[in-house]
Amino acid sequence: MKLTLKIWRQKDARAKGSFVTYHMDNVSPEMSFLEMMDALNKKLVEEDKDPVAFDHDCREGICGSCGMYINGHPHGPVPGVTTCHLSMRYFNDGDTIWVEPWRAKPFPVIRDLIVDRSAFDKIQVAGGFISVNAGAAPEANSIPVRKKNADEAFDSAICIGCGACVAACKNASAMLFVSAKISQFALLPQGRVEAKDRVRAMVEKMDELGFGNCSNTGACEAACPKKIKLTNIARLNREYYKAY
Amino acid sequence: MIRLNSKIPDGPLARKWTSYKASVKLVNPANKKKIDIIVVGTGLSGASAASSLGELGYNVKVFCYQDSPRRAHSVAAQGGINAAKNYQNDGDSVYRLFYDMIKGGDFRAREANVYRAAEVSNQVIDHFTAIGVPFARDYGGTLDTRSFGGVQVSRTFYAKGQTGQQCLLGCYSSLNRQIKKGTVKMFPRREMLDLVVIDGRARGIITRNLVTGEIERHSAHAVVLATGGYGTIYYLSTLAVNSNASAAWKAHKKGACFANPSFVQIHPTCVPQLNEFQSKLTLMSESLRNDGRVWVPRTKGDKRPANDIPEEERDYYLERRYPAYGNLVPRDVGSRAAKERCDAGYGVGDTGLAVYLDFRDAINKQGKKAIESKYGNLFELYKTITGKDPYEEPMMIYPAGHYTMGGLWVDYELMTTIPGLYAIGESNFSDHGANRLGASSLMQAAGDGYFILPVTINNYLADQIRVPKIPTDSPEFEEAEKSARERLAKLISIKGKQTASSFHKRLGKIMWDYCGMTRNEEGLKKALVLVKELKKEFWSDLNVPGTINELNQELEKAGRVADYFELAELLITDAIERKESCGAHFREEYQTPDGEALRNDKEFAYVAVWEYAGEGKPHILHKEELKFEEVEMKERSYK
Repeated sequence: MKLTLKIWRQKDARAKGSFVTYHMDNVSPEMSFLEMMDALNKKLVEEDKDPVAFDHDCREGICGSCGMYINGHPHGPVPGVTTCHLSMRYFNDGDTIWVEPWRAKPFPVIRDLIVDRSAFDKIQVAGGFISVNAGAAPEANSIPVRKKNADEAFDSAICIGCGACVAACKNASAMLFVSAKISQFALLPQGRVEAKDRVRAMVEKMDELGFGNCSNTGACEAACPKKIKLTNIARLNREYYKAY
Repeated sequence: MIRLNSKIPDGPLARKWTSYKASVKLVNPANKKKIDIIVVGTGLSGASAASSLGELGYNVKVFCYQDSPRRAHSVAAQGGINAAKNYQNDGDSVYRLFYDMIKGGDFRAREANVYRAAEVSNQVIDHFTAIGVPFARDYGGTLDTRSFGGVQVSRTFYAKGQTGQQCLLGCYSSLNRQIKKGTVKMFPRREMLDLVVIDGRARGIITRNLVTGEIERHSAHAVVLATGGYGTIYYLSTLAVNSNASAAWKAHKKGACFANPSFVQIHPTCVPQLNEFQSKLTLMSESLRNDGRVWVPRTKGDKRPANDIPEEERDYYLERRYPAYGNLVPRDVGSRAAKERCDAGYGVGDTGLAVYLDFRDAINKQGKKAIESKYGNLFELYKTITGKDPYEEPMMIYPAGHYTMGGLWVDYELMTTIPGLYAIGESNFSDHGANRLGASSLMQAAGDGYFILPVTINNYLADQIRVPKIPTDSPEFEEAEKSARERLAKLISIKGKQTASSFHKRLGKIMWDYCGMTRNEEGLKKALVLVKELKKEFWSDLNVPGTINELNQELEKAGRVADYFELAELLITDAIERKESCGAHFREEYQTPDGEALRNDKEFAYVAVWEYAGEGKPHILHKEELKFEEVEMKERSYK
């Protein structure tokens, strides 16, 4: 396949960025999107030009490092996949592809397609834990958990923290991200003890960091590569209401 | 010259850890506040160690190269985590878990360490459950388990095919709690460039801020490496593409011996390579072999679609060769059996380098829903990558580089040969011998970090309470920073034509071809020559654009590949030296008439411990004899 890429290039947080056009020949439909980017970077380095910087690591859709806007969609047009798993077979010969970093105030651009997502860590630091020291745990089966609750907690817990939900939201809201952690712990008896403190602390931190309010449009759910459900936000709201 | 002391406590095996804990030195809470500890790496072992040390009251600084500690590659472990709970009433016990690991490791691991890993496994499950890891449960609300390769009991706890993610996020949450409390300070996007050793003790590290390029000095009373394995030496592996051996290698060059570097596990069930630009091979969890049956056509070069091949024309070769364990043989055995069939011309797919993993029978028997609840996300993952639906046709799989049993040598206290430097999790060598059993890496990593290191490290730190904060302006820090800067400058000044990745790819191919699933002396010697030649080419034709003082991903890669060239030579040397087959190390010259690994206990029942002797000088081999007091060394049979 032959492709035209329009990629956002920006030297650092302060520099002014712009789209730069690249032409790619011989893109195999069996490549992943990031492997296509690798091929572009190989070409650039061989021409002694600066390669495009982007975050990536596991390349199997679980670490949450990668993420870029591809043709106006976080992680590209295919639902339920991360950028590293987006296959080039979804594109056609001759396509022009627009590639941008996440755009959200709490995620400033570091370089090219890399953004600073440390705000997500700060929210987790504020309350995303159960306060049990190593050594203090009771025997595992002494805390029975209804299977349905355990399964639902798991479905919330699989968030990979990539930031697609924030990038997709017109308000740059982090409600889906926060609600996933709140739900996981709200559904488990282990998490109930600190439920009120947790939801207050995490929501307060989320607001402080400049994430917007929920837009109620569900763009986050549609963009989430792990299909985290909007019902988590409903649960977050209930938990928040109960905490005061 | 280094003298090895494994510091194994006296007394009967089952009492060693208890008696060690009863006699180990302690540090009182007031003194803990005055002591600094550096932890490098935030995977299961690093994050759990950092949080536990913080809970104890130490000042902890923790480093990772990713943008967040939650991204460490433990996140990708799929199938599960072992523990000797015996919830299934199927005869499991600490002793049986210990024995399975010793046997699975082909009698090349240290008895006392393995027993302790089995012993703390139950505490790990208790802890993960208490901090909210959503393990799978039965309808009565208790924890569920499943079977894994190389064992005949069901002791693997799991969270669908994302157990590693859930355990890692558990550790990440403990870490966050300590960050909030102020006992732990987190430094993301940092790469360790060197270890600082002062008067023979580990006293700090040199790091590079990967965003600004700034070179930084960090001091501490002790340094803990939790930096994972070196499976990406094969370029294509199941590891994260940025995983590397550089921190461990730098420590090695400062005096930490490297043990059994050639013991590398090749995982039997991975998605085969699809294109030449492929950057990694994705694992399909071993748990799939609980219900999936592995087969190839009985006829060579049979090109019919899998579903058109009738039952009697399929060769379920694992069930045929290993009736007692069938599809659940250990990984090394499964990988070699796949290679054997493919080399003999029975492989499937375009390249002939694949075998089938078939769920047809399991779906017919248990229903699609039951299979979906167990492996749903793995089936989806497979479909995402290949575009093929494993509910409809069998998966195609092939072995890939996965886990390194070898690593930094540590004693019973997890201390390396540099006083004050510890290595935990996959970065050390200690618990898996020549082959790791499935679901015991999460177990070992979390055990090391939560329950072992936080006890043993006190024995060292108790003598450090009078040592004031370590200044970072000493000549040793100066020198370490200077040499780190010089090396970066050297990499950037070559200004050749080729990328770091293209060298990495070629190095990986040499390692895979000559030092992969099977090895022989001739091939290994050839590989040594090829690696040296390629290394020379690397240092004369590498191109790294940009500068040191900025975000520069090519520079990061180049540094890691440069270290891999050095490690590759040691890995091959170790493989040449070990003239026997054991576990994952299969030397073609040493096999039984029916193609199984042939150990030589008389001459090779030791840990090969390599000491760095200086630039351009051959490594010095030390041998830690393995004494088996509890178990008898037997032929490892799964028939």
